[in-house]
Amino acid sequence: MYVAVKGGEKAIDNAHAWLAEERRGDTSVAELSVAQIREQLSLAVNRVMTEGSLFDPDLAALAIKQSRGDLIEAVFLIRAYRTTLPRFGATLPVDTGGMACDRRISATFKDAPGGQVLGPTFDYTHRLLDFKLAAEGEVVPVETGAPRCGPTPHITEFLQGEDIIQREPESDAVPGDLTREPMEFPSNRALRLQSLTRGDEGFILGMAYSTQRGYARNHAFVGELRIGKVPVEMEIPELGFAIEIGELELTECETVNQFQGSKTEPPQFTRGYGLVFGQSERKSIAMALVDRALRWKELGEDNLGAAAQDEEFVLSHSDNIQATGFLEHIKLPHYVDFQSELELVRKLRREAEERLKGEFTAQEAAE
Amino acid sequence: MSDYNFAYLDEQTKRMIRRAILKGLAVPGYQVPFASREMPMPYGWGTGGVQVSAATLTPDDTFKVIDQGADDTTNAVSIRKFFENTAGVAVTEETEKATVIQTRHRIPEAELNEDQILVYQVPIPEPLRFLEPRETETRKMHSLEEYGLMHVKLYEDISQHGDIATAYAYPVMVSDRYVMDPSPIPKFDNPKLEMSAIQLFGAGREQRIYAVPPHTKVVSLDFEDYPFEASKADHPCDLCAAEDSYLDEVILDDAGNRMFVCSDTDYCRSRRAAGHVGRLGTELGTEDAA
Amino acid sequence: MSVQTTQFSGGFQNAPTDAAHAFRAAMTVMARPGETRELTGAQAPAPLSEAAATLLLTLCDPETGVHLAGGANTADVRQWLTFHTGAPLVSASKADFAIGTWAALCPLSTYRIGTAEYPDRSATLIVDGDTEANSEATLTGPGIKDAAHLSLPDIQTMQANAQLYPLGIDFFFTNGTQVAALPRSTQISVGG
Repeated sequence: MYVAVKGGEKAIDNAHAWLAEERRGDTSVAELSVAQIREQLSLAVNRVMTEGSLFDPDLAALAIKQSRGDLIEAVFLIRAYRTTLPRFGATLPVDTGGMACDRRISATFKDAPGGQVLGPTFDYTHRLLDFKLAAEGEVVPVETGAPRCGPTPHITEFLQGEDIIQREPESDAVPGDLTREPMEFPSNRALRLQSLTRGDEGFILGMAYSTQRGYARNHAFVGELRIGKVPVEMEIPELGFAIEIGELELTECETVNQFQGSKTEPPQFTRGYGLVFGQSERKSIAMALVDRALRWKELGEDNLGAAAQDEEFVLSHSDNIQATGFLEHIKLPHYVDFQSELELVRKLRREAEERLKGEFTAQEAAE
Repeated sequence: MSDYNFAYLDEQTKRMIRRAILKGLAVPGYQVPFASREMPMPYGWGTGGVQVSAATLTPDDTFKVIDQGADDTTNAVSIRKFFENTAGVAVTEETEKATVIQTRHRIPEAELNEDQILVYQVPIPEPLRFLEPRETETRKMHSLEEYGLMHVKLYEDISQHGDIATAYAYPVMVSDRYVMDPSPIPKFDNPKLEMSAIQLFGAGREQRIYAVPPHTKVVSLDFEDYPFEASKADHPCDLCAAEDSYLDEVILDDAGNRMFVCSDTDYCRSRRAAGHVGRLGTELGTEDAA
Repeated sequence: MSVQTTQFSGGFQNAPTDAAHAFRAAMTVMARPGETRELTGAQAPAPLSEAAATLLLTLCDPETGVHLAGGANTADVRQWLTFHTGAPLVSASKADFAIGTWAALCPLSTYRIGTAEYPDRSATLIVDGDTEANSEATLTGPGIKDAAHLSLPDIQTMQANAQLYPLGIDFFFTNGTQVAALPRSTQISVGG
């Protein structure tokens, strides 16, 4: 006798309880605190904030803890939380030119006003496992210098002064928001940049890499990469002026790209742009490369048919929450559809066999 | 869950979805873009259907969720629980008691009535997507009513296989204007798309909502010499002996023995309650004692 | 209504559930042209009916442009709508929703009818009050089993709108606490 499987609800509850136990791991090992994650896994926190589109290191750290370190799952938690938040208004655009830089490098000039500041970087570390860290991670206090007070102007400003780099159109229009309006193609640059910032780091990296390897190659120099804090200001209607409401840590990358001119544009340098939360260097550089590749149309370049030039392709597939959801949904039951396929394939086979048999008999008869 | 609004979504989001639903009803089969929100469940797991249900439910509703026709599949259980918690609605497994039914991959066997709403979860709303991956192109095709590509595909199937090789998500023409994806229901369910209930389709990841009002003409695409055929496994249900229901094939042992049972669990249960017994079935109620 | 409606009063008592009930009524009539439902819960200043007020609160917000036509365009209504919905007031040609009497809403040619690629980018008209000049029409099409009946203000104009399908305007008709609808998909003929 057959009894159908029941008790889905119980199974789900049990699975969740088991998951919670696995998340905690061996209870004889001290539990991670959210503060520890925020402070000691800060690059993971930064990625979750960037792709989650929410600047809140504590919540991002909590999401990482809850997701057992699965960063896409953590981004998902942040995104789902973010959608439910009421919107009080919009801040003024941040001025990255006024950034208090912890790190600022340019590959296009040996030196420039504001200097080359290496900052806290993995660059030039030899990637040797540091077994000392396994025992204890206390660091010797490093010397601190006096903060530099002078401005750190954008490198591209110097090129702009010489009028040798493409000028970006200025606009005070409120940019679109793909979390509030459905995406439509062709899109515009503001929405593309929003999409790239939210996009999966691995996907954007792969796309950017493909341009370097010749798929819509457009040799990029890192004109500038800067990491630091910027103040965030908001106009308060009751006050009639803007006040500072906090600060953000950002990574900004501007690439300077060779450009030999096109039917519509004179020879000049062009740009790609990347901006992300926290210290997320790889993502910001990759984003700038993909941004540049996507600008072929406005620059009058040829469409080489490369994936990174294809706006609809890039933007439709960059979001890891969409991608992972749809990818993983194929593990849900599909037995109804499978059954219909099963019957179809059986029927097609039956018919094919009969046809074959028919041909065979016809052949025999002919002989 | 009391920190969240009724039916989880904030009011502005619900208004946006409600406006899209109204447009969808006004232009049957046309996919209305909507700013799908990030739901607390993964894309591809019913976020579109959940958003449509959230915008449709009132506290007076009785809600039923099925996945593969069954109320007790894990994702159906999970979605039902979500609305129990966030909207406080009554839930049921009985098709006829439900006022709103959210479904994945099936249309219930029992005929739905005027007062019911069927909400479909849709993975890929664009029926032309597998022929043309670009949204910019498919949108143009719909605007020009240019569906030749679809007919070519179906015809190629016939010339290659002797049959239209589409067994589910079988495309339909709605009200003589828009070709529509009925979601991945088996083509057995296609004739039921002309019904008395309101049908709403939600695709969260793809950000589309569409609708079929009651009694709307819905025709499965076919050819005069190859008419559409709603097929199912050629067996009666082994539990309730139904001849008219869509069947799941269940493998019983490693010798390859199998049985066929109704995919619509409520339909099967109600038939068994009414005394119908299939080849491997017993009278309802006896198995618990066994 | 005995109590005077001010810009601050007349909103939903319980927005999430009131709006949910109101939407179900609105959806039902849009899905079933010719049918009428009760639509209550909000009160706007004169001359708007309760059904019209409820529909506005259910569907309008800062993302939708609303056009107040003719007599509906009073300072009281403007303030009420702004306070309760935050919807920007716009001209007829930019409206997502327009509200007023049939005479005030005409001519229809001013409203957006959508584009071939986006037929949804069209206006919805809320025809409020006064049905005396209406005449009986027979409706067929999606949402209608065999035929339905509705009294309409100007059958010829409605037929012209249906000719634009899948483009066109969709209508709600509100009167007192009653609502009916006519989507662009409905075929209309004269007489009951």
